[in-house]
Amino acid sequence: MIKLSGKARERLLYLISPIGLVVVWQLLLMAGIGDRRFIPAPSDIAQRFVKLIGNGELEWHVAVTLYRVFLGYIIGAVPAVAIGLLMAMFRPVRIFFDPLIAALFPIPKIALMPLLLLAFGFGDASKVALVAIAVFFPVIINTYVGAANIEKIYWDVAKNYGASQTVMFTRIVFFGALPTIFAGLRIALAVSFIVLVASEFVATKSGIGYLIWNSWELLQVDVMFVGIVTIGILGLITSVLVAEIERKAIPWKTE
Amino acid sequence: MAVERRGAAVDIAGLRKEYAGGAARVLALDGIDLTIAPGEFVCIVGPSGCGKSTLLRILAGLDTQSSGTIRIEATGWKVPNAMVFQDSGLFPWMTVEANVGFGLMTRGVPAAERAARVEAALKLVGLSKFRRHYPHQLSGGMRQRSAIARAFVTDPGMLLMDEPFAALDAQNRVILQAELVRIWEQTRKTVLYVTHSIDEALLLGDRTVLMTAQPGRIKDIIDVPFARPRDLMTVSASAEFGRLKLAIWQVLETEVTRARAEEEK
Repeated sequence: MIKLSGKARERLLYLISPIGLVVVWQLLLMAGIGDRRFIPAPSDIAQRFVKLIGNGELEWHVAVTLYRVFLGYIIGAVPAVAIGLLMAMFRPVRIFFDPLIAALFPIPKIALMPLLLLAFGFGDASKVALVAIAVFFPVIINTYVGAANIEKIYWDVAKNYGASQTVMFTRIVFFGALPTIFAGLRIALAVSFIVLVASEFVATKSGIGYLIWNSWELLQVDVMFVGIVTIGILGLITSVLVAEIERKAIPWKTE
Repeated sequence: MAVERRGAAVDIAGLRKEYAGGAARVLALDGIDLTIAPGEFVCIVGPSGCGKSTLLRILAGLDTQSSGTIRIEATGWKVPNAMVFQDSGLFPWMTVEANVGFGLMTRGVPAAERAARVEAALKLVGLSKFRRHYPHQLSGGMRQRSAIARAFVTDPGMLLMDEPFAALDAQNRVILQAELVRIWEQTRKTVLYVTHSIDEALLLGDRTVLMTAQPGRIKDIIDVPFARPRDLMTVSASAEFGRLKLAIWQVLETEVTRARAEEEK
């Protein structure tokens, strides 16, 4: 028997569950259990995947979806970080925003879509706005919590060593909250894909959400799966990207 | 080196600090009168809860007194005071270099001058090689040395030190005490040093202020007779040191017993 190091064994275990699932799925359909017209086999999905890449259709939808996510993410996250830090620094800011967040956070953001279509029309703007709103809440809450939990000694040191409000904001509160801000950014990333794909089901002719919904209407189940898998892959890649940025941005993080 | 330029002078009169802690009000400091001469090294010793840290925080501008006056005469000093905290208080997100230069950055010292002064301060505490390290990569002793460098680099009129070596192991403490005395003898800043260790107070200071708890009051002020420059090992082995230590301990022991009896009432 081959001996594996602990790490290699862990990696193997990590791959067994997804690969195993795909293999079982393929074997069941090949054995004639299940209707391949409604539940395509992994091999059918792979073929369709290659075809859709070949004619450039998938790339187009991916580009549109990524553009909307990226823009909405930035527009939502930047003010969320700024306001979250100010909430931790200044009591009046906190008192002003607290009830707004408490009231608006529980609203399912996708419920705002009709309103946003009304306000921003059928173009990209309404989808970008939806992503921005959905991203705003997890980021502002995490930023505030992170900044509010900065140890008292750092405020004391900063004050005793002559820090102005600007220095406090840019050098102390921001960096002190950064690990928690990134926790919020990671949640926000998943949320942004969730709301965007849902919003692309209606009133658009592009994006992965559209691809999934359209194939449902045409009963092209394999295309539907291609869309679903693509979202999963995009989510994985972007979250690895954010984790990498986090590693670079927080060199003092001990793990 | 000319040591004519001496640290700040402090005059504290009738200082009182009361905390409104729910129903029970806590009298942290009561009737504190203390005069500190320019360039003097004063240690404050007392049991936990005697308000010694509170006194330091008020002097550092991190807290305000309920009544009484503090006059600090620090003309000619751009930075009136700098505090060294028990738990270094280095910012984990800044390198040693950025941490040490923090008090210069906040005061708008130009980058070139800042770099030179930080360099000198790091050399003083023997951490030049670790300038690019983050605090979590340093030992407890190195962190505390960085914190001392951060305080000295701003060239303050007065150093406020709140049990800076309490969290260190015995060997490191002895080494850092000797370093502090060496640096202080070169610069002659006014130092107010809070500790719960009688040994430390006698080794480092010119005078030892004895405080008692509940309420925090000054019980006695003792002149420490050891000559400067001091060799800490020789001092701590002397008979005079033992005699003073015993005298202070007897006072503190009575106070601790009294406070405990009062708590149990």
